[in-house]
Amino acid sequence: MMRKMILLASIAFASPLLADSMMPAARYANEQLADPAQEAKAKALMQTLRCLVCQGQSIADSDAEMAGDMRSLVRTRIAAGEKPEDIRRWLIERYGDWVSYQPPLDGLTWPLWAMPILFLALGIWIVSGRLKRRGRS
Amino acid sequence: MRKLLIWLPLGLFILFLGIFAGGLIKPEGKVIRSQLVGKPMPNFALSPAVPGKPGLSSTELSNGQPHLVNVFASWCIPCIAEAPQLRQLAEAGVPIYGVAIRDRPEDLVRFLARNGDPYRAIGSDANSSVQIALGSSGVPETFIVDGKGIIRRQHIGDIRPEDVPGIMSALATAR
Amino acid sequence: MIAEGGLAALWLAAALAALQLILGAMGVRSGRSELLAAVRPIAMVQGALTVLAFVALIWLFVTVDLSVALVAANDASTKPLLYKFAGTWGNHEGSMLMWVTILAVAGGAVALFERRLNERTLTATLAAQAAIGLGFYAFLLFASNPFARLDPAPAEGQGLNPLLQDPGLAFHPPTLYLGYVGLSVAFSFAVGALITRDVGAAFARAMRPWVLGAWILLTLGITAGSYWAYYELGWGGWWFWDPVENASLMPWLAATALLHSVTVLATREGLRAWTVMLAVVAFSMSMVGTFLVRSGILTSVHAFAVDPRRGTFILVLLALYIGGALTLFGLRVGTVREGSRFDAVSREGALVINNLLLSAILGIVLVGTLYPLIAEAVTGAKLSVGPPYFNSAAGPLALILVAVMAAGPTLKWRRDNLKLLATRMAWPLLVAALMLFALVLLAPGIHILPLLGLVAAAGVALASLAPLWKRNLRRTPFYVWGMVIAHFGIAVSMAGMAAESAFTKETLVATQVGEVHRVGPYTIRLDDVQPVAGPNFTAVEATVTAQRGSGAPFILKPQTRTFPQPQTETNEAAITTVLDGQLYVVVGKPDDQGRWQLRLWWKPFVTLIWLGGALVAFGGLLALLGRVRREMRHAPPREFI
Repeated sequence: MMRKMILLASIAFASPLLADSMMPAARYANEQLADPAQEAKAKALMQTLRCLVCQGQSIADSDAEMAGDMRSLVRTRIAAGEKPEDIRRWLIERYGDWVSYQPPLDGLTWPLWAMPILFLALGIWIVSGRLKRRGRS
Repeated sequence: MRKLLIWLPLGLFILFLGIFAGGLIKPEGKVIRSQLVGKPMPNFALSPAVPGKPGLSSTELSNGQPHLVNVFASWCIPCIAEAPQLRQLAEAGVPIYGVAIRDRPEDLVRFLARNGDPYRAIGSDANSSVQIALGSSGVPETFIVDGKGIIRRQHIGDIRPEDVPGIMSALATAR
Repeated sequence: MIAEGGLAALWLAAALAALQLILGAMGVRSGRSELLAAVRPIAMVQGALTVLAFVALIWLFVTVDLSVALVAANDASTKPLLYKFAGTWGNHEGSMLMWVTILAVAGGAVALFERRLNERTLTATLAAQAAIGLGFYAFLLFASNPFARLDPAPAEGQGLNPLLQDPGLAFHPPTLYLGYVGLSVAFSFAVGALITRDVGAAFARAMRPWVLGAWILLTLGITAGSYWAYYELGWGGWWFWDPVENASLMPWLAATALLHSVTVLATREGLRAWTVMLAVVAFSMSMVGTFLVRSGILTSVHAFAVDPRRGTFILVLLALYIGGALTLFGLRVGTVREGSRFDAVSREGALVINNLLLSAILGIVLVGTLYPLIAEAVTGAKLSVGPPYFNSAAGPLALILVAVMAAGPTLKWRRDNLKLLATRMAWPLLVAALMLFALVLLAPGIHILPLLGLVAAAGVALASLAPLWKRNLRRTPFYVWGMVIAHFGIAVSMAGMAAESAFTKETLVATQVGEVHRVGPYTIRLDDVQPVAGPNFTAVEATVTAQRGSGAPFILKPQTRTFPQPQTETNEAAITTVLDGQLYVVVGKPDDQGRWQLRLWWKPFVTLIWLGGALVAFGGLLALLGRVRREMRHAPPREFI
């Protein structure tokens, strides 16, 4: 049994391109919170936080160890009663806006949020201009 | 007005061409820097990572002397490359404190025996919590901290021989 | 020998493309019929030659000829045959050769089959197609030669990334390329029509089957890509608004708008300028997508092997082709006759709104994808734009769009009125209201976007069937069936997306063998974990028994595979599909107490997402068949040169 476990573990751990640590995953990296409402909040937050060592994945979708540690951090704090937005802000304080997939609404990003409205307005103007000429039939 | 609309697509296209060309000339930086540079070291307390050496807590670090906090691990390959430079800095009297990420004591002992031990204390950060609190996104990274506990500079990646003078002068100005 | 033969065929094809361009340009200018007539056979031979070159490369890959550098870098004798074959295009040079082949074959097919368009416009079209081809031939022959030799030949190849060794992913690139390059034909038609000032119904009828064909393939390619990511990446996600995903979505959005526009031009002589502009935009999105994916300027989880030099080449081609076309548009569109007039509430009006909304969504996706790059260039600040932004910005527009899609096909051409429309929409609105009522009662915590998605899907599904109401179904033309099925497919897909988002249940456990866990309506028990060897990997396979209520238990076998060449690890999820959803099981690593990590998902109605996509493509196919049959029945007799 033990030999089989070692064989299986060695295959399972055989992966890394980058060196991986030998330590197990953090407590809440892959364990859900007991309270489903809290777990849902944690999950929603994790899906919008960016993995720092990956090529464009959220920490919810990544197998990287650091992503697991971040998941554990999020779950632990939510379980302790912290609000998701406060956790996001705490991480942004350390890593900048890059770590959040939800861009903030500030002086740098207002075009992102203004754009949909702008496009719609532009479109309506183009069309109404043409339709006014045509409405007379 | 119709003329404006007709040439608008070409205008927008040229704008996008500029963005694409800019992207080729200066691609997205891949390195995420910590936002805590210029801010105080966060509070933490880590238990000892190897027997016989003290652990690390933020209170001990704000003791008035500029120092280096080196985020490393025994499983980190570039950490081996920077070991001689760390030894050089330690021999020059620079206090170096280590934060060992996700490391087992036996692996660390082996690593230190093979590559030298420049650390005054090493804290065990088994689940990367201090690494995240520092805004560090990988190993190895070195933070230059002044005597009042403010982080002055973050060096990402291993410390090369040519980086050592810069670090020494940063420490000198960080009184 | 074969490699040199392939290279020679490629050079010859390039030479023919140059000839096609020169003779075509001369023919269009002078109107001389012998020049015009010469261009067709040249286009056909060019197509044949590129096929020869491509087949040569396939042969080299299948026989693992390691004296060719590309084969040595990407192939391996240990690979299963299917992936030796698919490995031909699983790399930059091979995929560029595939691109050029499809481009030339499409040009040849236009030359062979298009009979109704006037000769000068057709020649201008073929000349434009040749011009596009020349840029890519130059790219291939001077910067990405697939047939370069390697001396001395290595003993074994480096193999293909194991993530790509999957039937879905083997065929995803060709499907998408056929779509992108099909849009190049639409682009060439538009350029040809602008050059000869012939933007009319004939041009639209000639272009329509190509737009339809390209759009069907893009729909299939994106649907397949999404399903592949879902089952391969091991986390149950099917769309992430990743830059590479967006790069394939943008041409699809433009092609959808173009598809609707071209019908208006073909049948009502309206929307001329829109149609030409959309044809140019659609192909530019193909090229922008190719650029974004290969240049490396954006970080992506789907990253290809990137090289800024390749990016530069594509950017130059992009500037030349699209810049040229848009300049031509600016110069010529003023002389395009305006179409007949229409009311705001009319089929044309709905199609214009459809175009606007699709263009707005396209703009949002483009700017959102590029924003991090722009922000960093301007201020040095790094930020990320991901699903939270795209969902909240594009989602509401998409909902309005499907509402218009529900009402549009029921509107009359030229002029209709709102009151009549309201009566026609009464039943769909009622169904939507019932769905809203049901969801508010039975799923109280549901988020607003999935709620609206399900409500809209219910109403739209019914409304999309409206054109069939009161028709003799056996005498309904194929294109009406196609439209109905495609619109219905959109509603189905949307229902799947909303249901997955709202009702997915997830359970993550660290389990000993024999322990029982629950996810959704299922109980799951880990029975065994064994090592397993595959043709080019070793794996850890878990045996899991699942049971729903008192139903029959069944077995799932998720795996974690380790590939040596190059060293990577992948998850093979075990998925069981039942009538109302999918059970998705992934096995992870063991912890130090011998417990195995299991990730379990119950995803209700998730298959509707891709079923809907397939329906959309099928609807398009029906419409295409209908159009082609009609053309063949009415076509003038073939003139042989």
